[in-house]
Amino acid sequence: MKQRATLSSLLFLFPLAFLAVFFFYPLVLVILRSFAAEGRFDLTPLLTIWAETYFRRALWFTVWQATASTALTLALGLPAAFVFARYRFPGKRLVQALTTIPFVLPAMVVSAAFMALLGPRGWLNELLMALFGLPRSPIRLQQTIWLILIAHAFYNTSVVVRLVGGFWAHLDRKLTDAARVLGGSRWRVFFEITLPLLLPAIIAAGLLVFLFCFTSFGVILILGGPQFATLEVEIYRQAVTLFRLSDAAVLSLVQMGLTFVIMAVYSRAQTRAAVPLNVRSAEETALPAITWPGKAFVGLTVGGLLLFLAVPLFSLALKSLALPDPLRFYRELFMNRSSSIFYIPPGLAIRNSLLFATLATGLSLVLGTLTATALARSRGALGRWLDPIVLLPLGASAVTLGFGYILAFGRPPLDLRASPVLVPFAHTLVAFPFVVRTLLPALRGLNPRWSEAATILGAAPWRAWREIDLPIIGRALLVAAVFAFTVSMGEFGATLLIARPEFPTMPVAIFRLLSQPGALNYGQALAMSTLLMLVCAAGFFLIERFRVGEIGEF
Amino acid sequence: MSYRVIVLALITMVLLAGCVTPVPTPTSEPVAATATPAATPTPTAPPAPGSRTVTVMTHDSFSVSQPVVDAFQARCGCQVRFLKSGDAGLALNKAILAKGNPLADVFYGVDNSFLSRALAADIFEPYASPALADIPDELKLDPSNRLLPVDFGYVALNYDKKYFADNNIPIPQTLRDLTQSPYSGLVVVENPATSSPGMAFLLTTVAVFGETGSYTYLDFWRDMRKNKVVVADGWDDAYYNQFSGGSGQGDHPLVVSYATSPAAEVYFADPQPAESPTGNILPPGQTFRQIEFVGILKGAANPDLAQQWVDFMLGEQFQADIPLQMWVYPARKGTPLPEVFVKHAQVPTQPAAITPEQIEAGREGWLKAWTDVVLR
Repeated sequence: MKQRATLSSLLFLFPLAFLAVFFFYPLVLVILRSFAAEGRFDLTPLLTIWAETYFRRALWFTVWQATASTALTLALGLPAAFVFARYRFPGKRLVQALTTIPFVLPAMVVSAAFMALLGPRGWLNELLMALFGLPRSPIRLQQTIWLILIAHAFYNTSVVVRLVGGFWAHLDRKLTDAARVLGGSRWRVFFEITLPLLLPAIIAAGLLVFLFCFTSFGVILILGGPQFATLEVEIYRQAVTLFRLSDAAVLSLVQMGLTFVIMAVYSRAQTRAAVPLNVRSAEETALPAITWPGKAFVGLTVGGLLLFLAVPLFSLALKSLALPDPLRFYRELFMNRSSSIFYIPPGLAIRNSLLFATLATGLSLVLGTLTATALARSRGALGRWLDPIVLLPLGASAVTLGFGYILAFGRPPLDLRASPVLVPFAHTLVAFPFVVRTLLPALRGLNPRWSEAATILGAAPWRAWREIDLPIIGRALLVAAVFAFTVSMGEFGATLLIARPEFPTMPVAIFRLLSQPGALNYGQALAMSTLLMLVCAAGFFLIERFRVGEIGEF
Repeated sequence: MSYRVIVLALITMVLLAGCVTPVPTPTSEPVAATATPAATPTPTAPPAPGSRTVTVMTHDSFSVSQPVVDAFQARCGCQVRFLKSGDAGLALNKAILAKGNPLADVFYGVDNSFLSRALAADIFEPYASPALADIPDELKLDPSNRLLPVDFGYVALNYDKKYFADNNIPIPQTLRDLTQSPYSGLVVVENPATSSPGMAFLLTTVAVFGETGSYTYLDFWRDMRKNKVVVADGWDDAYYNQFSGGSGQGDHPLVVSYATSPAAEVYFADPQPAESPTGNILPPGQTFRQIEFVGILKGAANPDLAQQWVDFMLGEQFQADIPLQMWVYPARKGTPLPEVFVKHAQVPTQPAAITPEQIEAGREGWLKAWTDVVLR
């Protein structure tokens, strides 16, 4: 056992080296440079910033909107996670794929989807106006805090559904059945047995959602409007518009410091909450709904989820179809009217997106599995400190880190500033914390006696891992793969890149189309967004069909 | 005790990263090429002809057509590589951060609102291109010829023709009109902190109303706020999500966009209409002229090719390609404009008067004051 622990700790050095090179090194460079802008090192901005009203306002707003968004997302996601974990119903996979699609869409496209549905000239408003003869659109959510919260929930519900649902599916039904037989009421069983067992997964999901909202940028700016400014928005203003690097660096440090504190607190909570379990296969624990209330509950939850997540996506897809000739905008995508050198053929964009996503998924799965394994095994100081460190990339400001890349990667051997190699690395930086978060609850829930038994019976450590651990965390691995794939397809971490590489992806094509006025440009952007959704859905199906060893059959 | 090893390793790595920091400040900056236009090429091994590459760093809105690039490549016997590096502000800041070890040979896309910052950062090499002879003097804002004008455009108010016709409201004639009651809740502007047309429009109001006097630019913005101006984050959100005219999906009939947008609405429609669904409001002296510049980066690996590229950008072929690629006007005198520009785009009689020096000195204060007045 001891030898095994040492080995896995050594493997942990790979992800650490990755973080050191692609995260800490550029970050330290840019921060040092920012504080020494006038030649000498000056830390006063770190103290003076607290007196700035804009800073205190941004700090307060960032924290509370992230908290509110997380609460809303959990409220929407947990019932759905329950349904996905415990019930079998037709179309389950399709619904699950649909719920994850919002995650890849650029904020501008989500905004367009909401506009098509809820905007002043959206379908819901036109319907209401026609029904009640109203002169003005009754639903006016544009540029309100509500739209920010709704959009954050829209983006992140799948994190809760997949992470908590995936874990829930493995909980042994016998535990709750026994408690029910012994006379516990449904609610008591839930609060005293299920909830405590689920807590690690809920905490992990809540943490990811919180961090995503905490560093939210596009959603806040585009859907909320400029009156809402988070720390990330202020960093952009200081770093790009005003080019005041010292203030930008201070803001990034505060943002990361807070991330670290939140994470340290949560990771302690999670370590305590984790209980080794005798897990069951997901197929075994999910049953079809038999009773009428059960059926109604499943129907309502799935219906509500579809209404909330799928209807905006469908309205976007519908809008991409032109009226007399439905495929007009799609055909236009294949034409380079202005013979621009930057024209992006759809096939090429799809190929590049998939290529980068595959690389980033592979890399983050390897790094994430190594990290999560090491973290799950060590419950001491190592886990307490390293767990939050591994997640820091999620709390880092992309703009600041991007500047760091310019300083860090300009010279051999790391002359990567304009290299396409940087793309999967940047995506991995964002994706790999997701992988770690997804795997940890499953790994901590592993009953160590099982692999101990295997070892006693003569299995080599590798074999014990492959035949015991791997099949059990298989489902979590699939969920992690889906997230890594989505993060890369959605181009999270793209702002880290110093320059757009010669391999344009689907989101790049969308942004290019949205940069000029005109119906054809807008229509093509919607068409490309629809293609992005389809490619992602296809990717999810493929990943979920993937079977490592006997996953799902144990 | 293995975790101690890891903690140690981590600390060492972080410390190492810290120690490396002083090194990137280049001790041996390339001082070979100072002011002489005939700069000696940097002493890198000369690659075989045809395999050399000139790298052009630019912003995301840059575009050029394939045949034009092919023509240049054939002429110089080299390849051109474009590095799109974010919006205009972000791309420039990246170039400034890479000072001494530039990412590219040429940088295109500094506009007059960032001109002073770019020149003060001292990242460009002077180059008196022979092609400058054909560029009007009024566009040459840098007497040291480090930044050469390539194109210009106008940030202007667009209006939804149908809305004004349907509702029988007169089209506003001046900026001040926008603060009047008929236009309450009708105007969309971009946030100057995150959008370049937004900044240009703020600069216009500073130029028009001034910072002192009985009615300053802040008075104007206070009135705009009272008149329920909508502020969007960027141009794409303002135009597509808030504006009602043309391809806009929103319900506000007035938006800050470009004077060529009505022409683009015609060009990018199928079938193309005889008249644009949107129009320009171009009061004399109340429209911002955005001039975009190109410059050779200090320490460029291929200064000779960089000069050829700059000459080419100012030459006839590239200039004629500009309008339909980037929807701005070519700087070169006598460049023919495409029909859609002639018919559907208008040029204001007189741009707003504000110099790059004024802009650089005032930007931060104006932005702060604007944010307090309009957003808080």
